Amino acid sequence: MSATYLLRGAAPLGGDPTDLLLADGRIVAVGADAARDAGDAEVVDAAGLVALPGLVDLHTHLREPGREDAETVASGTRAAALGGFTAVHAMANTSPVADTAGVVEQVWRLGRDAGWADVLPVGAVSVGLAGEQLAELGAMAHSAARVRVFSDDGKCVHDPVLMRRALEYVKAFDGVIAQHAQEPRLTVGAQMHEGVVSADVGLAGWPAVAEEAIIARDVLLAEHVGSRLHVCHLSTAGSVEILRWAKSRGIDVTAEVTPHHLLLTDELARTYDPLYKVNPPLRTDADVMAVRAGLADGTIDIVATDHAPHTREDKDCEWAAAAFGMTGLETALSVVQTTMVDTGLLGWADVARVLSTAPARIGRIDTGERAHGRPLAVGEPANVTLIDPAARWTVDPAALASASRNTPYGGRELGGRVVATFLRGRPTVLDAVAVPQPAPAR
Amino acid sequence: MRHLLSAADLDRATAVHLLDTASQMAATQAREIKKLPTLRGRTVVNLFFEDSTRTRISFEAAAKRLSADVINFSAKGSSVSKGESLKDTALTLQAMGADAVVVRHQASGAPHRLAHSGWVDGAVVNAGDGTHQHPTQALLDAFTLRRHLRGDADNPDGVGLDLTGLHVAIVGDVLHSRVARSNVNLLHTLGAEVTLVAPPTLVPVGAESWTSRTSYHLDQVLADQQPDAIMMLRVQRERMGGDGTGAGRTGFFPSPLEYTRAYGLDARRLALLPEHAIVMHPGPMNRGLEISADAADSPRAVIVEQVANGVAVRMAVLYLLLAKEKETTP
Repeated sequence: MSATYLLRGAAPLGGDPTDLLLADGRIVAVGADAARDAGDAEVVDAAGLVALPGLVDLHTHLREPGREDAETVASGTRAAALGGFTAVHAMANTSPVADTAGVVEQVWRLGRDAGWADVLPVGAVSVGLAGEQLAELGAMAHSAARVRVFSDDGKCVHDPVLMRRALEYVKAFDGVIAQHAQEPRLTVGAQMHEGVVSADVGLAGWPAVAEEAIIARDVLLAEHVGSRLHVCHLSTAGSVEILRWAKSRGIDVTAEVTPHHLLLTDELARTYDPLYKVNPPLRTDADVMAVRAGLADGTIDIVATDHAPHTREDKDCEWAAAAFGMTGLETALSVVQTTMVDTGLLGWADVARVLSTAPARIGRIDTGERAHGRPLAVGEPANVTLIDPAARWTVDPAALASASRNTPYGGRELGGRVVATFLRGRPTVLDAVAVPQPAPAR
Repeated sequence: MRHLLSAADLDRATAVHLLDTASQMAATQAREIKKLPTLRGRTVVNLFFEDSTRTRISFEAAAKRLSADVINFSAKGSSVSKGESLKDTALTLQAMGADAVVVRHQASGAPHRLAHSGWVDGAVVNAGDGTHQHPTQALLDAFTLRRHLRGDADNPDGVGLDLTGLHVAIVGDVLHSRVARSNVNLLHTLGAEVTLVAPPTLVPVGAESWTSRTSYHLDQVLADQQPDAIMMLRVQRERMGGDGTGAGRTGFFPSPLEYTRAYGLDARRLALLPEHAIVMHPGPMNRGLEISADAADSPRAVIVEQVANGVAVRMAVLYLLLAKEKETTP
């Protein structure tokens, strides 16, 4: 079976077009050598396409085990591949919670069996996400799943002592705590961003300060104990300022922003359509501009999807009764192109950094045989995403691969489309269509 | 007008027309035979997810006096706890052939969802949704204000007029009040000035963008502004700290006594009002908390009349939505 692909005329990181030859899971030749050595390689016409290292999502909800009606590891990673991702970090708020070596290994194995993308399970910080007692972080770190990212995402590690202990404890295996920054008492019953729109529509407010207060506390804790901190889905202008200050002090903190916080605002809540209900909530136009600026100047390190699939019944209801969250794997790159590249804020090399290199580094999956976020260079693992930056497409929720349809972009036209994705030289997507993956070897 | 979801959706002409129609309806209610044949054969469903006997019977009386068939659907408690979704309830009503759905729901935006989801074809009337809107309350308040402060011997209801130049103080729990939001919208549209008076904890963040002014000092507002009307809002027990029922939880103010001292309408404050000023309350009242018996029972209080006007206003709303549907729907 031919496992050799010649990507002809691709523009690595948007630079000069060249050829890349993928064989035996690696990039074996770049440039003139590639065509020469291609032999009977399958040729992919990549003229006009940008080549990026396979995208890495640090924040995905795959819902399995427990809510297979919303998403499974297989359906979610297939959606990820179609979005250009070769690795996804699966959040821990499943049922049962991924707070033991057993559950993280189960998720990791499901990902390996599905084959669409590498699945890196995130371990819960606290038992049952209850915020009371540390989960067995060491056991998860030393399991087959090699967990390095720990998060109670969906809930905030609000107890400062527990947060301190977690930050300290994971230093033993170079782990990182990814914090969902939400002061719980300030957000009891919260439904949307607190401001002008919430006052009008009468939905309980989720104030920016509830995020900013926790981030401020956590960067100080991280500085005090000399630990690595990652801030999930940062969403406010004030949070960007705090991050900027923390980084200027040399605190070891990284942060992510979601595609939806780069594009959408709280004005959408006026429709009362729960498709726009998400946590943290959509903020104001000023916040959108601030997170874009923060991503452009490096204050925010990465874009992560917070892909949060929900069943129709969890969204086909009144706002207050609906679940928080929106899908994002298949639209992330297009939203980043639309908001950051087409606006001149980022180049394609920056996109590679914020969607591949930096998240792989934060998750400590940037070394070894199964490394991600590596340069598009000879000898590197052949994780490659090809994008057509000139394509325009209108999002049709029913046409997306996720098992759930709660995309906020239905009917919206976005720029840029993923054409092909290669995971260690094997195509998961070709011609913008998912390539069926071989059954797992047992 | 296809639905009535928010007082903010009404422009001045529509609002005045609604009030004028309510005036005609009120006139028919003085007759011995109160019932009109206008909506014979039409079905109005009162869909109440939240207890509100007053509002429900007001809508029921309004629909019945227009000869509509009335179905009362009480889905008490949240739709979730009841096990049936808002959507399925709506589809059920649709199958029963509801021409209008009058909905009261604890979730802000639920009537908006009903109207825009395609689940029902009929007109949707918001009878109060969460902390969002209660447009018929604002209409009946505007009707009452116009009658008392704009009417004269020749035109007792002030037909054709708006509320330009009037000054209304709305006092109390603005944060959780759909009545306050609706009145801020409608009274402004009709030309009145509104001052919200509340402790800072009970003013929503974002209210600075509203068309009203905000004050934290009731005595100052009464002395300096001499409002033409004062509208007292109900204070919910669960909002209280101290000896309120929310024991151990953080209240919005220290104690009922402190609230009453600063924001309650008592005989002393009543005397500060100008001679012509009226006292309003959407009910039900907490006597001794936001309003004293002296104020509630004074000749200036129009609280009972508000209830009567509510029926006329709701008749006007149902009439304009249903009887005139064909003329007003594009």
